[in-house]
Amino acid sequence: MKVIYKLGDDISTDHIYPGRYMATVLPTETPQYAFSDLQDLNTILNEGDKSQTRIIVAGSNFGTGSSREQAVSTLVGHNLLIVARNFARIFFQNSINLGLKTIICPTIEANVGDNLDFFDNKIVNSTSGKEFPIIPIPEARKAIVEAGGLISYTRKLVLERQK
Amino acid sequence: MGLTLVQKILSKASGVETVAVGSVIEPRVSLAMSHENAALVINQFNEIYKNTGLPTKVWDPTKIAIIFDHRIPAESKKTATNQKLIREFVKEQGITKFHDIRGDEGGICHQVLPENGYVLPNTVLVGTDSHTTTHGALGAFAFGIGATEMASVWALGSVLNVEVPASIKVIVNGKIPKGVYAKDIILFLIGKLTNQGANYKVIEFHGEAIKSMPTSGRLTLSNMAVETGATAGIIPPDKETVRYLRTIANYQGEIDMLQPDENAEYADVIEFDVSNLSPQVAAPNFVDNVKPIKEVEGTPIDQVVIGSCTNGRIEDLKEAADIIRGKKVAKETRMLVFPASYRAYEDALHKGYIEDFIKAGAVVMNPGCGPCLGIHQGALGDGERAFSTTNRNFKGRMGNPDAEVYLGSPAAAAATAVFGVITDPRKLQEGK
Ligand code: SF4
Repeated sequence: MKVIYKLGDDISTDHIYPGRYMATVLPTETPQYAFSDLQDLNTILNEGDKSQTRIIVAGSNFGTGSSREQAVSTLVGHNLLIVARNFARIFFQNSINLGLKTIICPTIEANVGDNLDFFDNKIVNSTSGKEFPIIPIPEARKAIVEAGGLISYTRKLVLERQK
Repeated sequence: MGLTLVQKILSKASGVETVAVGSVIEPRVSLAMSHENAALVINQFNEIYKNTGLPTKVWDPTKIAIIFDHRIPAESKKTATNQKLIREFVKEQGITKFHDIRGDEGGICHQVLPENGYVLPNTVLVGTDSHTTTHGALGAFAFGIGATEMASVWALGSVLNVEVPASIKVIVNGKIPKGVYAKDIILFLIGKLTNQGANYKVIEFHGEAIKSMPTSGRLTLSNMAVETGATAGIIPPDKETVRYLRTIANYQGEIDMLQPDENAEYADVIEFDVSNLSPQVAAPNFVDNVKPIKEVEGTPIDQVVIGSCTNGRIEDLKEAADIIRGKKVAKETRMLVFPASYRAYEDALHKGYIEDFIKAGAVVMNPGCGPCLGIHQGALGDGERAFSTTNRNFKGRMGNPDAEVYLGSPAAAAATAVFGVITDPRKLQEGK
């Protein structure tokens, strides 16, 4: 899979989904505003091919700031995989809940155009030939991912607990 | 080994003797708060019940709070329609803690909750807003969650898969000097910890400077604890907590004075003395870009903003009014004041602060989030610079990625308004 964009540290939810679009809430409507203030990235996302997973590589603390879930649904809509050195807490939880693909890779080094291959415990940058270990998602959250997100997971529990 | 305050709260909320840090639990929730983003929560909540054949009913309508604050009065038909949908849902479900756009009960969620006695020690509080950490000031374990997670809470009454967080003990010693406020202390701490220094952890505040601090200041500390990446910022309840709950929040029920164990295990202990602290600012574009105010003194400012859930309480308005009274806002500068709630607004009206602001040339706005996130009112122009008492200065935060935001205390903001350049408030406080 190819890296389509590279971002630095501390990319906030205001970068990902500016506050002025917050009245737009539906996951079907949020993707158009992804990274609106980063015109080139917004264009790449809106005009690129969404049928294949595309990778954005970022530094540490990706998703810092607000709890706005639009910052996650906007990326889900573009079929992105975010590889970051680490993620801010609420953003990371929202990603699991909504099924945004994320990978925590504390040492990742990759440039735009590089090809990354994914394994259980590492990422191989086949362009540079380097390997980077990844941190698996916490056990506690696997059940949500396996259920296909928090909505289906909660639905299952609501039904079980009815009995 | 003893337990931290959060471990104790989570033990009770999950109905077990003790919980270990890192263990995964499902705590019961005492209060679930949302604002306009309840529109998305409702959407996700309906999704959960789709095709289940079960009635779409929240677990407990008395434990859900919905406060309109982010865009009030509505700035667009989209927002107005979202608000209308939420009102209908509130009615349908019988949600009791609903604060509409009203002069008698409205305001910013993080001010309305404590003021109304909705926040109590030894409870678990979740909110679809990152600054839900604010409520830790009253001894609650309060943290922000996303809208889908809130939908799940509305359905189950608990938060799924919570990992018990480790805590960092922060001990603030000394006597807070003149011209220095809770805002300066929390900015100083954020500078020390950085914006991810407490990621996935809780900050537990201790020390004599905290003991002697009124709840208004404590709310400022807990509010901005999240800017270190912390899940929550909690203050063990004491005499002051009881005073606030009884006399300000008018809460007459039982108060659980739960304390952490003396021998609790902390991930880290940070201790500092504030006796010689000077006013602090967070310079653009990160909240942890903190410096003593003297390093940026003289920087021209186009717009001064006083208010928000961080610093819009009556104590903050007094701090600013005491400086601006009888003076004028500099000609090249605009000053906006937005109280955190109508109660704070009314108090400020009675005490004459509103008149002080208006006579000085400030624009007093309605309580709400307003300029804090720059989507509604008070946006900045290209290349402009603001000095604000709010809590974030990320690129684009006040509605314009080509503008800059400095953060500081209400006193520093008022002094800055008078001179039109960043000013140490102590310059105007001599002899007062
Ligand atoms: S005042 Fe600002 S920080 Fe506080 S709740 Fe409103 S938008 Fe968020």
